[in-house]
Amino acid sequence: MAQTETKAGRFTARGPKGRPAGRVALTGNEAVALAMRQIEPDVVAAYPITPQTDIVQYFSSFVADGRVATEFVTVESEHSAMSATVGAAAAGARAMTATSANGLALMWEVLYIAAGSRLPIVMPVVNRALSAPINIHCDHSDAMGARDSAWIQLWSEDAQEAYDNVIQAVRIAEHPDVHLPVMVCLDGFIISHALMNLEVLPDEVVKDFVGSYRPDSSLLDPERPITVGPLDLYDFYFEHKRQQAEAMRAAAPVIREVAEDYETVSGRRYGDFDAYRLEDAHTAVVVLGSAAGTARFVVDELRRDGRRVGLLKPRVFRPFPGLELADALAGLDAVAVLDRSDSFSTMGGPLFAETRAALYQRAVGRANRKDSGPSSGSGPGNGRPLPITVNFIYGLGGRDIDPGDMRAVFSRLARVVETGDTGDVVNYLGVRE
Amino acid sequence: MASLREMAAAPQLFAPGHRMCAGCGAPVVMRQVLSVAKKPVVVSCATGCLEVATTIYPYTAWRCSFIHNAFENSAATMSGVEAAYRSLKRQGKLKGEMLFLAVGGDGGTYDIGLQSLSGMLERGHRVVYLCYDNGAYMNTGIQRSSATPRGADTTTTPAGTESAGKRQPRKDLLAIVAAHHIPYAAQGSPSHWRDLTRKAEKAFEAGGPAFLNLLAPCPRGWRYDTAQTIELTRLAVETCFWPLLEIEHGRCKITYRPKQKKPLTDFLKAQGRFKHLFKDENKHLLEELQNEVDDNWKDLESRCGEPG
Repeated sequence: MAQTETKAGRFTARGPKGRPAGRVALTGNEAVALAMRQIEPDVVAAYPITPQTDIVQYFSSFVADGRVATEFVTVESEHSAMSATVGAAAAGARAMTATSANGLALMWEVLYIAAGSRLPIVMPVVNRALSAPINIHCDHSDAMGARDSAWIQLWSEDAQEAYDNVIQAVRIAEHPDVHLPVMVCLDGFIISHALMNLEVLPDEVVKDFVGSYRPDSSLLDPERPITVGPLDLYDFYFEHKRQQAEAMRAAAPVIREVAEDYETVSGRRYGDFDAYRLEDAHTAVVVLGSAAGTARFVVDELRRDGRRVGLLKPRVFRPFPGLELADALAGLDAVAVLDRSDSFSTMGGPLFAETRAALYQRAVGRANRKDSGPSSGSGPGNGRPLPITVNFIYGLGGRDIDPGDMRAVFSRLARVVETGDTGDVVNYLGVRE
Repeated sequence: MASLREMAAAPQLFAPGHRMCAGCGAPVVMRQVLSVAKKPVVVSCATGCLEVATTIYPYTAWRCSFIHNAFENSAATMSGVEAAYRSLKRQGKLKGEMLFLAVGGDGGTYDIGLQSLSGMLERGHRVVYLCYDNGAYMNTGIQRSSATPRGADTTTTPAGTESAGKRQPRKDLLAIVAAHHIPYAAQGSPSHWRDLTRKAEKAFEAGGPAFLNLLAPCPRGWRYDTAQTIELTRLAVETCFWPLLEIEHGRCKITYRPKQKKPLTDFLKAQGRFKHLFKDENKHLLEELQNEVDDNWKDLESRCGEPG
């Protein structure tokens, strides 16, 4: 308890209105909890699980100290956490929860219900490996398993991005064109428990940015009763799913619009992905989350040796910014996609599958018109052969990925380009085989 | 306490035109309970007959707000609704009082939703949980649940050469609920509507979690003539198969004592699901079932004390 109280003291982030409150040293979980306090949702229903636990504890102390008006529901499981969050959101509340790994897996059924009921829930997911074998450390198998649940997914490279993503997620989820739940992913322990100096916004700036939530309808309006979650058969189900797909498509420009607004209050700029030293690169790595930091370090190192290498780090994974991503990669000779989860399809990890599909779609120029615009086959690299793509599955169960591993990936790419021989497409990095 | 006239005049929150089967007990108990809701009410419902047959998009039979989430989470869902109400109320964003009624069948309550129910009761949400108990998974086609009476022929405990139906007795859900020390828990039957609606009123006014276990026969699953629904529930009460009781702040009370306790076979023989028990080779089972009912009643009397 004493520790929680001491730590909670660090959550005071004051500053003159409209200006960043300054730099504070926070762990990823503290940064997320701070963002949640500043958002001050009407309801939080959450269940503790390593490595998300701190978020629940810190938030509980905010409630205990009267720092938020939030009703905190101490549910008996993650299934009930998501169920209660759905109930609260349908009742017109701004509702949040947070989880990891098996907790997310237990929510599975209700994840789809939250999205299918078009409820703008925001949920930080502190990424952790799924059992079995049981393991509490980072990989992305939890969130990647939920990639088709119609949740928007924002991924974070560090505590700063996690903080910034959580605040932006509220606006994205609640946008009238979207009305879909948003998952904000941050790597377990690597981000959640590591201290970082980050810029935080003053409370009133966050409150002003997220605004107040005024849903069109709610269960708590007796004058206008509604039925939520009806039985939907073959005569309407498909249309509702089609609308959901359209909402996901509409989310792409909304995510960009919200990022632009966020830049004006924070000075920090976020895109669908971060293309780092990619413009004149011959080879590049595509990687999500904290490992992008390691990749950045190695790119700089290799650049000093005159190697033309780069990095592409997606921030938005759902909706997948495939065409833009393919445009950014199209001029390269070879690309290594790093996946911190395996899909067990034997065809590579999920990020690899999406990236390769996007490149193929660009190359064959058959992107449908709504999607395409200028990016369906013109632009850099058009007419050139596709970059060779290889996949590295790495870091499962928290296995560290270090600069040496990353150098090995770039060396492999150089060899692929030099010999024209791809070798094994799906590779496992840093594992005893 | 509402008079029959007042109850009949109350706005029907559960509208006619739904697609529940003729003779189904669930809409009867639903309407009895809603007829005494004196404030606007929000209903949540577990996946099951009541939910699928009343909300076929684009129609709804609910004139009050209604939410269906999934099978096992009616109580957790309503926990969230009630938490939203408390939060918005505290922030001055909502005016007026509301009632919260979470509903599930016995499958969604005794079995798959038990954890969710327990969580809601333990956390103290001001929600009334209504279980309409028809003693099996009727929506999926009459599979046994932990509420199915011993000896019942269901599609997963069929009577056969080596089986006389379900082997196990019913789970005592009311005792489990009571062990949460909530303000109010009761068992009711639509045959005794005055008793049932009085219990519903108490549940709505309990000021904390309340639980109603209500008998709701299923003509298809129990295999009887649809016109006999209320008569069957009366027999369930008169045979002491379904005692009417309430537990108010831990004090147990039998709210109706049959003047002349009827033999259990009066209740059993009226239903096709127990038909095999009347074969010669199963006669001993009838005796055992009668003993079980007698023992339960004795146990209940010892817990509730003699009539005062």
